[in-house]
Amino acid sequence: MQPGLDFSVIAQNITHFMIGRYPSGPLGGVALTLYLAVVALILSFFGGLILGLMCVSRNRLIRYPTLVVVNAIRGIPLLMVIFWMYFLLPAFVGYRTPESWTVIAALTIFTSAYMSQIVQAGIEGIPRGQMEAALSTGLVPGQAMLYVILPQALRNMIPSFVNQFVSMIKDTSLAYIVGVSELTHVATQINNRTMIFPTEIFLFIAVIYFIICFAFTSLSRWLEQRLAWRKAI
Amino acid sequence: MFNYKFDWAIVTSGKYFEWIISGLGITLELSLVSIALSFILGLIIAVMRMSNVRPIRWFAHGYLEFFRNTPLLVQLFFWYFGSYKILPKVINDWLNTMSFEFAAAVIGLTIYTSAFIAEDIRSGVRSIPKEQMEAARSSGFSYIRSMLYIILPQAVRITIPPLINQFLNLAKNSSLAMTIGVAELTYQARQVESYTFKGFEAFTAATLIYLALSLVITGLVTLYSKKVLNPIGAR
Repeated sequence: MQPGLDFSVIAQNITHFMIGRYPSGPLGGVALTLYLAVVALILSFFGGLILGLMCVSRNRLIRYPTLVVVNAIRGIPLLMVIFWMYFLLPAFVGYRTPESWTVIAALTIFTSAYMSQIVQAGIEGIPRGQMEAALSTGLVPGQAMLYVILPQALRNMIPSFVNQFVSMIKDTSLAYIVGVSELTHVATQINNRTMIFPTEIFLFIAVIYFIICFAFTSLSRWLEQRLAWRKAI
Repeated sequence: MFNYKFDWAIVTSGKYFEWIISGLGITLELSLVSIALSFILGLIIAVMRMSNVRPIRWFAHGYLEFFRNTPLLVQLFFWYFGSYKILPKVINDWLNTMSFEFAAAVIGLTIYTSAFIAEDIRSGVRSIPKEQMEAARSSGFSYIRSMLYIILPQAVRITIPPLINQFLNLAKNSSLAMTIGVAELTYQARQVESYTFKGFEAFTAATLIYLALSLVITGLVTLYSKKVLNPIGAR
């Protein structure tokens, strides 16, 4: 094969890359990648919040089992979690679930475990005096956490959440394994159809992922600086 | 599902057990080769990133941002399916003399991980007081030599725990190599599943192996931080 890149294959399939077969078929491509990432991010925000609160619970019967589960999930590859969900989700729900559910469930469980660490660190980063002050004004521990600690902790966690979202966008590429037609899957389909342009196709989707992820990485850096500045005054 | 009959003997002995173990072997081999290479590459990129020469610094910065912000799976596909058009013929021929799946996985994992390692090393270097560099330069070392003999040895020592963590990430990430046909642990688990329909047992075995691996590696980090970095338990 002679070197020389021909990007006309991209131009011909650009709508397929962006939205899949959308108007006449299911959503796909970049749009589905973002959809999966956003849905899984929202779910794993709450998952991570609950797990994180359980990790800092004073009740050992809650704290230790949660820590074990969180660290176990962090110890296995995402691919493993996806395969598990592929088996377990239909068994729990009772009927054949769409593949996109498998991916959303796997990403949610996986990212919740990582998010819980962020939440834990965020809560522990708030000075002790805040909790003591809240308790001495007559709030019960639950209220103190909800109204005093969490609002401050969550603000500090925002940059880490954005970083986690970047990882999530990258991780949606694994949906390819179970046949969800997000960007990577669309790329392999087009590659299988056109045969001779793998370099162009994979370079192109790498650039697409890069543009999306880099935008959010920059956002997270900007937020971090802004928060540091607010703390300084 | 709930009247499923478990058959653990399938993954604890016989042919399928051997498959799983050979998968573990490939996973370890892939991870060890890639971590060694990506340490070297990461060191080079980190030094380039801190260089005073702008084009070198910009190149390293671009490298870091690009490879950290694209999915590993896409990078693997690129090296496996697409690299032949941009690599010189000599390298292509050389790569084709060995198992190309494995080589592509090593290239992909190495480049991806090196970007993360470079950042770890850079933050290690940042924690070394500036005076160390100034003292080295004023005693006549060149920039490269002061990096090599003064700064990096100290920086790498503190960077070892994050490096071991990167090794753990690498071992987990190496599961993606199954998509380009490297017969590592996840690939073999899936293989056992498709031969026997005993997916539950096969994936349990693989999951437990990954867990054991991460437990051992995390233990090593804790031990290192306690015994080497902070031997007297000071804070």
